[in-house]
Amino acid sequence: MYVELQMKNVGRWEGRLLNLEIKNMGDTLMVKITGDFDLELADHCRREIDRNYEKEAVKNILFDLTGIDFIDSSGLGVILGRYRKVKENEGRVVIASGDSRIIKLLNLSGITRLIPVYPNTAQALKHLSGKVM
Amino acid sequence: MKAINHIKLEFPSIPANVRLARVTVAAFASELDYDVSVLEEIKVAVSEAVTNAIVHGYQKDPKGLVTLTASLYDSSLEIVVEDRGRGINNLERALEPGEGTEPERMGLGFVFMRTFMDELEVNSEPGQGTTVIMRKKLPGEVKAMWFNEN
Ligand SMILES: Nc1ncnc2c1ncn2[C@@H]1O[C@H](COP(=O)(O)OP(=O)(O)O)[C@@H](O)[C@H]1O
Ligand SMILES: [Mg+2]
Repeated sequence: MYVELQMKNVGRWEGRLLNLEIKNMGDTLMVKITGDFDLELADHCRREIDRNYEKEAVKNILFDLTGIDFIDSSGLGVILGRYRKVKENEGRVVIASGDSRIIKLLNLSGITRLIPVYPNTAQALKHLSGKVM
Repeated sequence: MKAINHIKLEFPSIPANVRLARVTVAAFASELDYDVSVLEEIKVAVSEAVTNAIVHGYQKDPKGLVTLTASLYDSSLEIVVEDRGRGINNLERALEPGEGTEPERMGLGFVFMRTFMDELEVNSEPGQGTTVIMRKKLPGEVKAMWFNEN
C-alpha cells in the first residue's frame, strides 16, 4: 500500500531529460530509473536517493530498473553504494529487472551476489514483505 | 596498416558526452554486422573508457578535451580514447579489478573493457595523460564483404 506518494525529478538537468522517480512506499523507497544509467545520471541519482532515504526515514530500497536502456559501472556504483548504506541501517535492497543485458552486467559486477533481482517490481516488493525469499 | 574507414571525435570532459561517445561508436560499428549483444558490450567498453577520461583524467574539469577515434581495419574495429589529464601512477595496479579510487567507483571499468573487447592496451604517463586502445575482431562475413567492395 502507498502510505505516501511522491514523484520527483522528472525534468531536465544539464540539457538532458532525466528520468528518476522516487516514491515512499511505507518502509521502502521505490527508485525508478529510466533511460541510460551512466555517469551523467549517477551523481544526480546518488544525491536524490540519499536525500530522500534520510528525509523519509525508510528502511529498504527497491531499484526499479525495468525501464533502463543502458547501465555501466557508474550506475552499478550507485546501486552498490546505496546497498552499503541501507545495510548499515539494517534495511534491504532489491532490484527489479528483466533485461538480460542489464542482468549480465549486474552479474559481472558481483551485485547479484549481494542483492536479489526479480523480473518485476511486484515480485521485488513481495520479497521485501517476506513472502518470497 | 591503413584503416578502411575511421571517425574522430573531440569533446569537452563533461558527463553528457559519455553517452554521445558510445552512441557515436555504436552507429559506426552498426555497419559491421556485429550481433546486437556485441554492440551493447562495445558501448559499455566505450562508456568506461570515456568515463575514466572525464572522472580520473580530468577530474571532471570541463576544460579538458577527450578524443575518440574508431577505425575499421581489415579484421578488427579499433577504438582509441585519449585524454591529456593527470595520467596513471601505478598502471599495473589500476588495471586490477576492485582498484577504484573512490568508494563508489568499483574498479570495474578496465575489467569491463577487457571482458567485452578482444584486446586492451593502456598507455599512460603521470601528468601527461592516458590513451586506451581497444580492439574487437570483426564478424567474418563483414570482412569478406568490405574486401569485395574495395
Ligand atoms: N584516464 C585515466 N586517467 C587517470 N587515471 C585513470 C584513468 N583511467 C583509469 N584510471 C585509474 O585507474 C583506476 C581504475 O579504473 P577503473 O577500472 O575504471 O575503476 P574506477 O573508475 O571504478 O575507479 C581508476 O580508479 C584511476 O585511478
Ligand atoms: Mg572507471
